[in-house]
Amino acid sequence: MALPTETDMSLEFWRNGPTPGGLYNFPGQGTSTKMGPIKKTLSPMVTGTSVLGVKFDGGIILAADMLGSYGSLARFMHCPRLMKVNDSTVMGAGGDYADFQYIKSVIEQRVIDEECMNDGFQYTPKSLFSWLTRIMYNRRSRFNPLWNTIVVGGLQDGEPFLGYVDKIGTAFKAPSVCSGYGAYIAQPILRNALEKQPNLTEQQAKELIDQCLTVLHYRDARSLNKYQIAIVTKDGARIEGPISSATNWDIAERVGFFDE
Amino acid sequence: MFRNQYDNEVTVWSPQGRIHQIEYAMEAVKQGSATVGLKSKTHAVLVALKRAPSELSSYQKKIIPIDDHVGITIAGLTADARVISRFMRTECLNNRYAFDTPLPISRLVGMIGSKSQIPTQRYGRRPFGVGLLVAGYDDMGPHIYQTCPSANYFDCKSMAIGARSQSARTYLEKHLDSFLDCNMEDLVKHGLRALRDTLPNEVELTTKNCSVAIVGKDMPFTIYDDNDVGKYLSMIEGEERSPGAGAEDQKPEGEKDDSVPDPQAGGPAVDEPMDHD
Repeated sequence: MALPTETDMSLEFWRNGPTPGGLYNFPGQGTSTKMGPIKKTLSPMVTGTSVLGVKFDGGIILAADMLGSYGSLARFMHCPRLMKVNDSTVMGAGGDYADFQYIKSVIEQRVIDEECMNDGFQYTPKSLFSWLTRIMYNRRSRFNPLWNTIVVGGLQDGEPFLGYVDKIGTAFKAPSVCSGYGAYIAQPILRNALEKQPNLTEQQAKELIDQCLTVLHYRDARSLNKYQIAIVTKDGARIEGPISSATNWDIAERVGFFDE
Repeated sequence: MFRNQYDNEVTVWSPQGRIHQIEYAMEAVKQGSATVGLKSKTHAVLVALKRAPSELSSYQKKIIPIDDHVGITIAGLTADARVISRFMRTECLNNRYAFDTPLPISRLVGMIGSKSQIPTQRYGRRPFGVGLLVAGYDDMGPHIYQTCPSANYFDCKSMAIGARSQSARTYLEKHLDSFLDCNMEDLVKHGLRALRDTLPNEVELTTKNCSVAIVGKDMPFTIYDDNDVGKYLSMIEGEERSPGAGAEDQKPEGEKDDSVPDPQAGGPAVDEPMDHD
């Protein structure tokens, strides 16, 4: 007489119970669908580079170029990285573009939910900044950070606000803020300008930002001469662009690299 | 003993379209001692009458601070109020943690509404037996909200709840138009006068049985107890009470349907009465 096969045995013996090899997969526990490798961002894929921000008299200005880099490859040329949250709040992000899109969609939904409540309250720059800080620090604490550096700007009670949060939850407020390579290249320029004249006009701030982005375009290999700016004043928030700054490559021929 | 065929469960309707368990819970609020809330353009004030359950005990606290910008007075089951106030404190703290801003009063009260609705529709549960007056100040100005065991809540210009509170509401209605432009002290005086109208003639407001809380523009929620209320009490001392107020035990507000018996009326009480504050 043939012995029952392994399959028959197991079917009979383990009916309504865990299958051999699936011992930790008890029925009703609902673990099976959740099983699988843990996934997290170990390195960003499509990235944006610096975000700049500076306060001026009665408002703030944010700027970011529109390049989506795939590693060192300039892959996407039209990636808006600034977001208008409401009439008093804007934000911009560098780092992983997909993570920025995720954050953006969450915020957009929260803005809609808040509008539905119709109680007159909405995000302020400070409250958005605080919330983003919590989100970023919480994600890094679970070893699964949102791979971004975010600059939040706006007007709160008539006062300009500018804040920075990065992927490990480091957060600070400052009169001028730069992320990424801009922290090395543009921040000194902005601070110099603010030291000379702490109360810029909107036009001066715009020109200053353009100057910074031009220098960044010369120096930052992940940059693009096509950028957007976000401006918040008491009249509201607006995003302008794409804008290109005037460049001058006359000295390029004197650099040996270009002759080869 | 059954008072009614349809009042055993909160999930059962009566043929008249009522849910008696919820209505009984609303009665619990009327057994708590009275409390009054009112607001001006800049401030919101709560005044409350405290009870001492026995000669040997102290007066029960009626005002519960929730956050810097909001606080409540309670009428009904103190134990239930503690559950709700802990919930309110948690929500206020969470909002400060996440958004670095005080929680808007309208949203806080909305959350109480959503929370207290659940046991009005679940088999085997009971509604909260406490009504609140919520006073708060946020970007939209000062607020007075009333919440009920039925999970209703109301945005009020002024309100009084608790035992014999109809007299206080009568006072408030009469002086409603003057509240908006009152300064802080006058607002407290109005509140105390309204509260005094709920008292029987032989009882007076004292520093022992009365507390006041104020919140407003540039002023965190502050409670005045014992000697601190003396200052406000002396301001209305010797004034005539409103005519008619406190003369007799008035009927609780609204027309009463006979199908819902007044728990206080009718025969020897079968149940040991619970303490209501």
